[in-house]
Order: sequence, then structure tokens, then C-alpha cells
Amino acid sequence: MIVLKDVLALLEGELLTPFPSPEAAFRKVFASDLMSDVLTAAEPGSLLLTGLANGHVVCTCSVADLAGVVFIQGKRPAPEVINDALAKNLPLIVTKMTMFEACARMAGRLEDGGHARP
Amino acid sequence: MPAPEAVFRQDFSVKGGDFAKAGTVACRIKELLKDLGLDAATVRRAAIAAYEAEMNVIMYAWEARVDLAVSPDEVHITVDDRGPGISDVELAMTEGYSTATPEMRELGFGAGMGLPNIKKNSDILHIDSRTGKGTRLKIVIRRNGHGAS
Repeated sequence: MIVLKDVLALLEGELLTPFPSPEAAFRKVFASDLMSDVLTAAEPGSLLLTGLANGHVVCTCSVADLAGVVFIQGKRPAPEVINDALAKNLPLIVTKMTMFEACARMAGRLEDGGHARP
Repeated sequence: MPAPEAVFRQDFSVKGGDFAKAGTVACRIKELLKDLGLDAATVRRAAIAAYEAEMNVIMYAWEARVDLAVSPDEVHITVDDRGPGISDVELAMTEGYSTATPEMRELGFGAGMGLPNIKKNSDILHIDSRTGKGTRLKIVIRRNGHGAS
């Protein structure tokens, strides 16, 4: 379990959707650029780390009950994607870190066997 | 495998190649099932199966009709597409097998997990495909706490 404010601090992230509580919690972490893999293996309530920044990410998270998204390497989704996430109460974060570094930091922080995959 | 008497039924259409609207039908199905009061696990399984099926239509077929039928015990999703069909269903059910284009993969799809993932999230999956005509998927999901598990 990790909370939003800790994710932001750990990944030096910027929150693109300002509404959620800083105490919003993520049960696990899943990392992938393949939405097919997210639909197959990510658990509900997970935080997704991805290098894909299109609208399919928000749609996939909504369908599979994921709880938030971190876009790596400073990849910013388009304004309409952010608006869609706001409508779906899905927090979006952007970090300048690479996937490997972001995953390594998350894996080091998680104590409950989250699915952080470099 | 006729759908049992449904307490709720709705049809949707999906257009092949319409990536901009991908997921619209699955998200609508999810909203409807939540509004009907189905449990979260059943809603999630139905939404994922519907999304994978919708993506398959968008990536490979020309158009499809999606029928959602909800009975007290089951959720039925029938996807009837007009398209090239699946020449080897057994091969298509193999995890990782894919005929997706690089463009599809750039969108995060086409990893060869679509049909296997539909099966994983279904209690019953029937595939009837005719090459050059189209494919019919019949997906049945038993509602948690209803009927046989």
C-alpha cells in the first residue's frame, strides 16, 4: 500500500489532476506499456506506471478498476485525456524518471509485494 | 446457448478502425451493470471481456453489433461482427499469438492476449467464425452469488 503524496515525493512527480486527497491509497503497483497486459494481470486498486500517454490508458484503467496512473519520462497526455481522467476520478501523475528508475524506487518503497516491474 | 430471460437488454454498435471511440461500449456496459447493482467483481469481468472484444472488432473487423443481456444469474455479451473472420480459432486462442500491425501495438494493444483474456474473464465462451464473413462471440459470466460458480 502506498499513498498519493508518497508517490509524488518518491517519483518527484507532478499531479495533473488536482482533485484527489493526498492520502488516496494504491494497493499495488503495476508497470507496463501494453494495455493488454494491464487488462490481463493488473489487480484492482493498483497504480499503473506506463510510457503510453494516450486515451486508451484512462479507458483501460477505468475498465479494470485501476486507481491511478504515472506517466514516465515526462510524457504528458493531451488535455482531453486529462479531462477524461478527471471525469472518471482517476489521478494522473507525470514524472521525468525512466521506467526503470521509477519502478526501482517504487519497489524499494513497497513492503507488501506490489507488482512493480522494471 | 440461448440467453435466459433477461431482466435488462441493450444493443450497441462498434465500427471497425474507429480507434478514437475504442472502449466506449465497454465503459457504457460497465456503467449499466453498476447501475443495475451487480457486484464489483462481476462488473469488472464483464467490462474487461467487453473491452477486449470491442478492441478486436476495432482492430480486425468492419463493424459489429454488441448485445448485452442481464438475467438474475448471468451476464450475456454477444458480439456479432462482419469481417474477415478467424481462420484458425485454436491458434488465435494461444496467448501471445497476434496478427496486429505496428500501429495497433503502438496503442498498447495487439499483444495476443485478447481472446485468452476474454476466456479468462468468462464462465462460458463460444466462438463461431467463418472466414470472409465474420465472427460471433458469445460470452457468459455468472454473477457472483448467483447460480453455479
